[in-house]
Amino acid sequence: MTAWHLVLLASAATLAFKLLGYVMPPKLLEAPRPARIADLLTVALLSALIVVQTFGDGQAIVVDARLPAVLVAAGLYALRLPFIVVVIVAAAVAAGIRAIF
Amino acid sequence: MSEPEAAVPEPDDPAALARARRDGIAVGLATAAYGVSFGALSVASGLDVAQTMFLSLVMFTGGSQFALVGIYAAGGIAAAGTGIAAAGILGLRNAIYGMRMRPLIVGEGRGLRGWLHRIAAAWITIDESTAVALAQTDRRSVRTGFWVTGLAVFVGWNATTLVGALIGDALGDTRAWGLDAAAAAAFLGLLWPRLKRLQAGAVAVGAAVVAALTTPVFMAGVPVLVAALVAIVVGWFDWFGPRSRRAKEGLR
Repeated sequence: MTAWHLVLLASAATLAFKLLGYVMPPKLLEAPRPARIADLLTVALLSALIVVQTFGDGQAIVVDARLPAVLVAAGLYALRLPFIVVVIVAAAVAAGIRAIF
Repeated sequence: MSEPEAAVPEPDDPAALARARRDGIAVGLATAAYGVSFGALSVASGLDVAQTMFLSLVMFTGGSQFALVGIYAAGGIAAAGTGIAAAGILGLRNAIYGMRMRPLIVGEGRGLRGWLHRIAAAWITIDESTAVALAQTDRRSVRTGFWVTGLAVFVGWNATTLVGALIGDALGDTRAWGLDAAAAAAFLGLLWPRLKRLQAGAVAVGAAVVAALTTPVFMAGVPVLVAALVAIVVGWFDWFGPRSRRAKEGLR
């Protein structure tokens, strides 16, 4: 498998889900359970990705410059700063800590 | 206003149409800013500029795109299976959006035109287009809000992805620039607006704990999928759900 296979297969999967919504009977929505689980799956995956991206180093869990950067990001989101500003500040915090130590 | 269709009235209100158009453009501009970070992170993960652009043009759903490049960055091509699965699961909600939008947007048109219409609508069915459309109060504004938002986000997102990818290409050592922390902050930004309910917060905490505990055990990417089980269990039994709905369903 190459990076192109990865990109093509993953794009095909997500595009298929989008198209599925336009060919499946809308009645499925009347059941609250599938809609609720789909919503919560998004939350669970994003939360897990935050943890892995913040602490993961291969299979090890490490605390490094990324943690303070993410904590600063959380504070800025709480202050309702725009996404792009928060992401740039988070990168700057991590880069700054690495440059100093 | 006592007619059953009162929820989606039909009158053509020029002010409502103009509002829908304005909302769409504003959301498109705001979302375009994310594209720079996606483009830079994607190139930092090891994908090239063409692959990065392909994701923004065809996959075109931010959460899945960030997830795919995040897992690819951590696990390389060996983690391809889990990366595709994570991107797919994060794209699942677009199917739900599609079911909700279809009767409002495309109707039941058959033939080539009907299908092209559906494919175009499906392509741009994402968080933003659905949210703007559903915030409108009459049917024409719903349609206008959907198409304007979807197209504005599509154009903006792809233009800024290219800018970000070229910047990422020029940066070189991405860790020194803190791009790994930027990726974590980007995921946090996608999660943040979804944490308004207790149930979502509980799932976020549970998934975070599961991901941390399973990271040393499994190869890169797999802990993210294991953490998804938290959502399935909590969602299935509706733990931490709104009390009114649980009472209505007889606490099942």
